[in-house]
Amino acid sequence: MSTDLHAVTVLGHDRPGIIAETTAALAGLGLNIEDSTMTLLRGHFAMMLLCRGAAERDAVEAALAPLTAGGDLDVAVRPVTDRPEHAAPGSSWVLTVHGGDRAGIVSTVVGAVASYGGNITDLTTRLAGDLYLLVAELDLPADGDATAVEAAIKAAAEQVGVTATLRPAEADEL
Amino acid sequence: MDGSARVAAWTEADLGVDGNVLEVVRAPAPVLATVGDAVDPVAPETVQLAADLVATMRVSPGCVGLAAQQVGVAAQVFCVDVTEHAKARTTHGTFVLCNAEVVTASRNDKAREGCMSVPDFTGDVKRGSRLVVRGQLPGTGEGVAFATDAFEARALQHEIDHCQGLLFLDRVAGTHAIYPRQTYL
Repeated sequence: MSTDLHAVTVLGHDRPGIIAETTAALAGLGLNIEDSTMTLLRGHFAMMLLCRGAAERDAVEAALAPLTAGGDLDVAVRPVTDRPEHAAPGSSWVLTVHGGDRAGIVSTVVGAVASYGGNITDLTTRLAGDLYLLVAELDLPADGDATAVEAAIKAAAEQVGVTATLRPAEADEL
Repeated sequence: MDGSARVAAWTEADLGVDGNVLEVVRAPAPVLATVGDAVDPVAPETVQLAADLVATMRVSPGCVGLAAQQVGVAAQVFCVDVTEHAKARTTHGTFVLCNAEVVTASRNDKAREGCMSVPDFTGDVKRGSRLVVRGQLPGTGEGVAFATDAFEARALQHEIDHCQGLLFLDRVAGTHAIYPRQTYL
């Protein structure tokens, strides 16, 4: 199989069948879906996937064009390259932030993570009423000072009036 | 009488006061993120708070535990009653503990939790399913330590967390371990 890798994003108004149509079009080009994620954000469909195959970008875009015919979905295709493997991982953590909603919570708190070289690997935010919730999974460098990172996160959280908790990510090795 | 038997024998009638049904506070109320003050278990205000917690738990459908923070008081008092819950094994009926702490927790088990103070989400939380706790009974101030398991152990850890200003959201297993829900029971 070709090593050509395409990143496909599909965004827009949700309806039944979007995933079926998208994947059928990709399969029709012989593309193999390697990684994907999809969710609904306040009822809006959001999907990203990486697929590999010999098709040209123009062909992928043409195959997915019918999805956009209704005018309420956007589709983008871009070539990507295989990224080099990460250096030896440090430690994995779960960050929870919650409090009253206001602008700047995410940027302030994750800025503290970034300032210590922390890399966020997964992020979910939710708003329900006045409650804003952020849960992130992040890696800290092997030589990172988790205590200092936690203190910086808590200080940042306090700055925007929310509460933050940083805990080691647990994995059960069987 | 050992601690387990003493807790099982306790009822809110021991408090000698009637409880008032209080409003349950919802996140993001700051009190829910506030570490509770240690309390004097024989002080009249503690006894009244204990009675109020039980009364409020009783009228709240599906409620198996309620901490002082959830009625707006940053104090280390909570009530629990998991008697009717299908996942309960060992149970001690209705009881209130003051200044409680976990002595030992083992046999971690992950399960979905909800909370009256966080009505829009549930989340997967890992907690010990074998637990030893100690605390004081309101009214008499007796110190008790006892072991429990399964759902009662989970409920106790959830309530002790409330008393320390922590919600189950602070312990969810990861970004894909929280779930929206439309209604509370």
